[in-house]
Amino acid sequence: MPTITLTVNGTPHTLTVDPGETLADVLRYRLGLTGTKIGCQEGECGACTVEVNGEAVLSCIYPAERADGKSVLTIEGLAQKHDHEFILHPLQEAFVEHGAVQCGFCTPGQIMAAHALLEHNPDPQPEDIHHALKDNLCRCGAYPAIEDAILAAAHGLRTGEPPPPPEIPASAYAGKVVGRPHIRPDAVDKVTGRARYTDDLVFPNMLHAAVRRAEVPHGILRRLDVSKARALKGVVAVMTAEDLPAARNHGVLIDDWPILVGVGERIRYVGDALAIVAAEARAIAQEAASLIEAEIEPLPVLADPLAALAPDAPQLHPSGNLLKHIKVRKGDVERGFAEADVVLEHTFTTPHYDHAFLEPEASVAVPTEDGRMEVYVGSQIPYDDRRQVAAALGWPEERVHIVGQTMGGGFGGKEDIAGQIHAALLAWKTGRPVKLLYDRRESLIAHPKRHATQIRVRIGAKRDGRLTAVQTELYGDTGAYASLGEKVMERATTHSAGPYDVPHVRADCYAVYTNNPPAGAFRGFGVTQSNFAVESLMDMLAERLGLDPVELRRKNALRVGSATSTGQVLRESVGLLECIDRVDAEVRRLSEGADPFAPHPVPGEPHKVRAWGFAAAFKNTGLGGGAPDEATAEVELLPEGLFEVRISSAELGQGLVSVLQLVAAEEIGVEAEGVRVLVMDTDRTPDGGPTTASRQTYVSGNAARMAARVLVSALRSTLAERYDVPPEQIQPQVEGLLLGERLLRWPEVAAEMHALGREPRIRYTYHAPETKPLGEGGDMHFAYAFAAQAAEVEVNTLTGEVKVLRVVTAVDVGAAINPLTLKGQIEGGVIMGIGTALTEHFIVEEGRVVTDRLARYRMPSFEQVPEIIPIVVEHPVSTGPFGGKGVGEIVSVPTAPAITNAIYRAVGVRLDSLPVEQEALLLPIALR
Amino acid sequence: MPTLWHTYLRPKTVEEALQMLAEAGEAAVLIAGGTDLMLDLQQGRHPPVQALVDITEIPELRALEIRGNELFVGAGVPLNRVSASPLVREHAMALAEATGQMAGYQIRNVATLGGNVAHALPAADGAIALLALDARAEVASPQGRRRVPLADLYLGPGRSALKHEEMLVGFWLPLTRQKAASAFRRVMRPQGVALPILNTAVWLAREGDRIAQIRIAVGPFGPVPRRATAAESALCGHAPDEATLNAAVEALLREARFRTSRYRATETYRRHLAGILLRETVGKAWERASGE
Ligand SMILES: Cc1cc2nc3c(=O)[nH]c(=O)nc-3n(C[C@H](O)[C@H](O)[C@H](O)COP(=O)(O)OP(=O)(O)OC[C@H]3O[C@@H](n4cnc5c(N)ncnc54)[C@H](O)[C@@H]3O)c2cc1C
Ligand code: FES
Ligand code: FES
Repeated sequence: MPTITLTVNGTPHTLTVDPGETLADVLRYRLGLTGTKIGCQEGECGACTVEVNGEAVLSCIYPAERADGKSVLTIEGLAQKHDHEFILHPLQEAFVEHGAVQCGFCTPGQIMAAHALLEHNPDPQPEDIHHALKDNLCRCGAYPAIEDAILAAAHGLRTGEPPPPPEIPASAYAGKVVGRPHIRPDAVDKVTGRARYTDDLVFPNMLHAAVRRAEVPHGILRRLDVSKARALKGVVAVMTAEDLPAARNHGVLIDDWPILVGVGERIRYVGDALAIVAAEARAIAQEAASLIEAEIEPLPVLADPLAALAPDAPQLHPSGNLLKHIKVRKGDVERGFAEADVVLEHTFTTPHYDHAFLEPEASVAVPTEDGRMEVYVGSQIPYDDRRQVAAALGWPEERVHIVGQTMGGGFGGKEDIAGQIHAALLAWKTGRPVKLLYDRRESLIAHPKRHATQIRVRIGAKRDGRLTAVQTELYGDTGAYASLGEKVMERATTHSAGPYDVPHVRADCYAVYTNNPPAGAFRGFGVTQSNFAVESLMDMLAERLGLDPVELRRKNALRVGSATSTGQVLRESVGLLECIDRVDAEVRRLSEGADPFAPHPVPGEPHKVRAWGFAAAFKNTGLGGGAPDEATAEVELLPEGLFEVRISSAELGQGLVSVLQLVAAEEIGVEAEGVRVLVMDTDRTPDGGPTTASRQTYVSGNAARMAARVLVSALRSTLAERYDVPPEQIQPQVEGLLLGERLLRWPEVAAEMHALGREPRIRYTYHAPETKPLGEGGDMHFAYAFAAQAAEVEVNTLTGEVKVLRVVTAVDVGAAINPLTLKGQIEGGVIMGIGTALTEHFIVEEGRVVTDRLARYRMPSFEQVPEIIPIVVEHPVSTGPFGGKGVGEIVSVPTAPAITNAIYRAVGVRLDSLPVEQEALLLPIALR
Repeated sequence: MPTLWHTYLRPKTVEEALQMLAEAGEAAVLIAGGTDLMLDLQQGRHPPVQALVDITEIPELRALEIRGNELFVGAGVPLNRVSASPLVREHAMALAEATGQMAGYQIRNVATLGGNVAHALPAADGAIALLALDARAEVASPQGRRRVPLADLYLGPGRSALKHEEMLVGFWLPLTRQKAASAFRRVMRPQGVALPILNTAVWLAREGDRIAQIRIAVGPFGPVPRRATAAESALCGHAPDEATLNAAVEALLREARFRTSRYRATETYRRHLAGILLRETVGKAWERASGE
């Protein structure tokens, strides 16, 4: 075996490597330098960027033996250690301060690429940064902050001064802590490479797993031969459906998804698992999986909802192919259309989309000595993982311990079970720790997507623009299994008339099983699709009526006192009109008197035409629809005087931990640093419920706040008795409790409590306001977030190329809890919306995934990022934590229609399907 | 995943590399940047090999300099060095533009022109630029060295005419002269694989207000990279006015064998773009050729 000698971060190493190993393998698995990330193993994402002899390279396609004799710098080598303390490199410091870190998975690669850039070019312009970091993808869309951070660091390095901090205004409702920009608590770990993601974990004696997937979209499994796999040296266990100890199916809402498909059973999509293997090495497990022979009797493929609803279609599930028919009824649409002066109708389609979180799915299951099973995983719903893993093992739930790990993005795609159950089964079978890491292809094929939809909208309006009726019909491709499909399509349907006060609404949605990959939760939760349809038609209506597109929306916008399509009368926190007005004002200011919605050829390049487009949206906060929405949080005063908030809710990169920290700190009266937050652990943190539906700021935020409040009052009353001071005279301070004149520091408070036999710890279950199921009227949701966006595009009328130049985005967030992370959410949401409109197209043909590599599924890179002008609108929710409501999804909903509307305004071509195909856009222009 | 290679060899001279290739027979494969080959191996498009012969430490392949009255660009020079080189910018602007746009920064730090040419894709950006610049490839084989026109290196899509025991040493480009210039432009689509839908490279020499000499390469023009000679004839000897350009586009479309590639572009779209890119690149090169 070859031996290589290389210097890594200044330390020489001589190691033996396996032939075929890459530099990334050596760094991560031999040297334990797991700050270097693997997002694709295809040379596409840049997460694995390191410097070799001073040049940035991709370590995932760099043969290890080539590094022989060279000097390698990784993220771990940037910070300097001085007297046991790490001094961050100015780039790391600037990334932290500017909020350039969200999930953090791309961060090491971004910083290393930036480091190499600054070595060559100490004074880069923004274009230089875009050029040098073009292939460093960030799915969270932190690009604007990354650019600012690099510019600040460069300035710092040139001048020797600390990098200039960002200027981010505080909330109008700011308290002492809440509402002011704060660095997220996990940022330093993420910029130094210390943050641990699941694949970074190593356990003694650990095995590696692989899954044999069907690779056939529809059929009956007739025979499965695992003998060759079993015989392979290094294979420790092979399991098929026959070996399942308990549950045969899993599912978040409906248990319809086979853990393993058995002989004689139905295969419903290419990603169905037929067998699982555990082996001494990942490569062996993968080879073994490929040696498993499956004989599958093919069945006709149901490639879309209409095919699946055909009378003679084979039935995929015992309940049939229709997962759900969802109905929304308000008023009488027939009457509404009769009253209309204009009626327009159009059908829109949207394809599947993949979350493409930069961190592929990974799970490690570890059997413990006391007979339990630990599962290390980045999951959006730890307690539901626990339920499902326990059911698969046939154990009581308490025997399973989900230990959440830092997550490299989720966006809705880590709500379903991925490898958790398979890893646990193999760990149970072998008695050894088992890691199951998906590669990018497996991730693209297996996990649930955003629903592909077909949406027909009919809209009636008076000549002055007042809407009289909206009727919609939606078909949602929910794929092979239910996942969260029913809920997603329900949201699509209830929001399908847009953020407008419409007297008569009728919406029918059919969520249909097909042989495509399952569809489930994806940031926007169905509203992305229906908003594209209705906001496109609203623009068509404005044109037909000769109205300004903003005026039309203003006229119909939901406001306090309006009733939504489901009959909910909005009582407060409806900032839509302000969002519309502020975007309108900003766009008109930028247009300097010209009509922003008219085409403007670029001077000197008349074949390039620019225009603005507009769209508005709303999106529920919380589960709603009558589902009990609750979260339990625990707050404890630790002996060292820190408060710890514990809740199982998930940090996927969005910044929840920071929100919980600030809310608790404000409530208690300490600085942010006085609170730390522990999340995603089913043994140590109580159930915060699923991290979905933009619910965590509100629901978990309230739980943390109330737990903190009750704890403080418990401390007060206990100490009031002990020191004989009236509780009103006990005031929390930053350093401790002030009892009259005397300050008892927090560690002393904790000690006093323990001495008195009282645990300084409170658990509080917060129940969100009750909601009503669809069809019953009343409050379907306890709050909604609102947004308006305008996008300026430039269309090249010779080639069809489209560029988004600027986006103005106003979001009503209730009240901003952490303006720094909020800015990241807003910018990242717009960038994801640009992907929805322009770059992303998940292609499934006859049930087979064509876009099965990251190279074929493109997310926005630095090249696509426009100037983003964020406007925070604050209409507080009285019941929200310090006025806050959910923002995670609304921020990306209106972007796609704003872009396609702008394209129409620029060149007169209406695009009714996503994403924008430049060829399809060009054709009508060229024919003119 | 089976072991992708068994031995990794690191020759320091061309002769040493050739010897390794000769000794190992079919079982050895050259690796330069590895940005095509590593992915082909990792994704199973290339069968595992016995030996990889790493040619990145051969000084001759890393040379980029004027030799006599030609510009020599080593087959192993990373693309970033090619695009940033003042010599390339002066004498072969189209090549600087092409290599500057390929892939991303990290890939360009290791990817090479030799690999781009040897990989033999019909629309490889570097190869298309080299073609318009009249580059000759220096090929080393056990029989010795020879220089061949770039177009002779191709057999079919993805198949180079290089024999297994041969390698590219570098590319020889004529130096620029008064009133001559080149340009490159490509159109991508934002979705799907990052290969150009169409690219075009043009080199031309002016004489007064006429084009005295011109070379045009378009990719993908057909199964292998080659020049658009009919369009060249239509332009040569004329001023690049509207009528001449129209005739050139027509000639180009007559000669080209554009295809529809699934999920990427239709033949119709390529035909449309071919005219647009030809006009743009001829215009750009013409403009550059008038400057001093
Ligand atoms: C993310 C990404 C984006 C890309 N974008 C582009 C793009 O925009 N445009 C484009 O044209 N290409 C692109 N490519 C393809 C690739 O980067 C280029 O083709 C590159 O120039 C290949 O060079 P290399 O040195 O990496 O070749 P290698 O992968 O090392 O080799 C490729 C082939 O050439 C052979 N070979 C290498 N050097 C020699 C030699 N001196 N003599 C004989 N044979 C040799 C090898 O044996 C192998 O068969 C992209 C690739 C990736 C991964
Ligand atoms: S992991 Fe190397 S580029 Fe994505
Ligand atoms: S922060 Fe960049 S991918 Fe999440």
